[in-house]
Amino acid sequence: MTADALLRDGVLLLAAVTGAGVVLTRDPVRQSVVLSLHGLVLAVVFFLYAAPDVALSQIVVGAIVLPLMFLLALAKVRRRQALRDAERSRS
Amino acid sequence: MRARTRLLVFGAGASVLTLALLAAAARLPRGGYPGPYGTALNRVAVEERHATDVVAAVTYDYRGFATLGEETILFASVAGAALLLRRTRSQWQGAHDLDSMPDRAASAPNEALRLAAVALVPVTITFGLYLTAHGQVSPGGGFQGGVILASAPLLVYVATRARDLARMAPWSAAELGESAGLVSYLGVGVAGLAATGSYLANVLPLGSPGDVLSAGTILALSGAVALAVGSGLVLMLVAFVEETIRPDDGGGR
Repeated sequence: MTADALLRDGVLLLAAVTGAGVVLTRDPVRQSVVLSLHGLVLAVVFFLYAAPDVALSQIVVGAIVLPLMFLLALAKVRRRQALRDAERSRS
Repeated sequence: MRARTRLLVFGAGASVLTLALLAAAARLPRGGYPGPYGTALNRVAVEERHATDVVAAVTYDYRGFATLGEETILFASVAGAALLLRRTRSQWQGAHDLDSMPDRAASAPNEALRLAAVALVPVTITFGLYLTAHGQVSPGGGFQGGVILASAPLLVYVATRARDLARMAPWSAAELGESAGLVSYLGVGVAGLAATGSYLANVLPLGSPGDVLSAGTILALSGAVALAVGSGLVLMLVAFVEETIRPDDGGGR
């Protein structure tokens, strides 16, 4: 096995580990951070499999924009929950 | 179902899935490309289209019509999301008030964060423009350039406040850019139709391979895609940020 193939298999394995990490993280806020890490590893996978064009988009979309949208949506949901709880305790 | 039974069912399913995945992974091509199309394109693309990045030649020329479809999907989803969050537009113009929303305690500006943004924003914009302009020469192109350009206003928001995001990326300008990007893509296609009789055919001079100003319509289409993707992403980010920090009017349904 050449060093090149070893590197590719290693990064695939790393993607499996971070992917499992995303599933096993139960707190959604932490999960979106782990998802960002997984996105970054996937970008390396694309790069090593000779797709630098896809890797460039993956860095921004998978590692930044997607987790950010999750975080913003979570912030919205939490605020709504906090409001509802406040109303309930008032009545 | 008892816990033990459940575990047995899960174990059986998981082991079958693992075996299937391992079998599939073992057959993944490692490096070499097995199909005929890539080899054929690699042979003809530089000569035909004067584009040294064959991926860009495929995206914006050989499969340019498929890219038009993707552009339309992006446009439709951004338009749909903007429609859903339409209340936000008038409120966004009051971005000054957003920063002083009751439960949005104005955090003290973090000097280190601001310095990082000052250092990163010009680099981000330059890199985005570079990728857009050099898509036909090296890996990159309109989509990649567009998303990277769109992350510049995001950096500004991280380092400052909603007001500065609204000033740097006004909603109306992003809306205009989103539409202008799609319209110019369609326009380049129509120009090909008028000049040669086939949609998206090349109408611009090809230049010499490896030059920035080469590959004819590939460069023009790449610019159109960068405009549409960048503006669309900015619209989404602004809408999401606005929706997140705006207080709920009654909350829930």
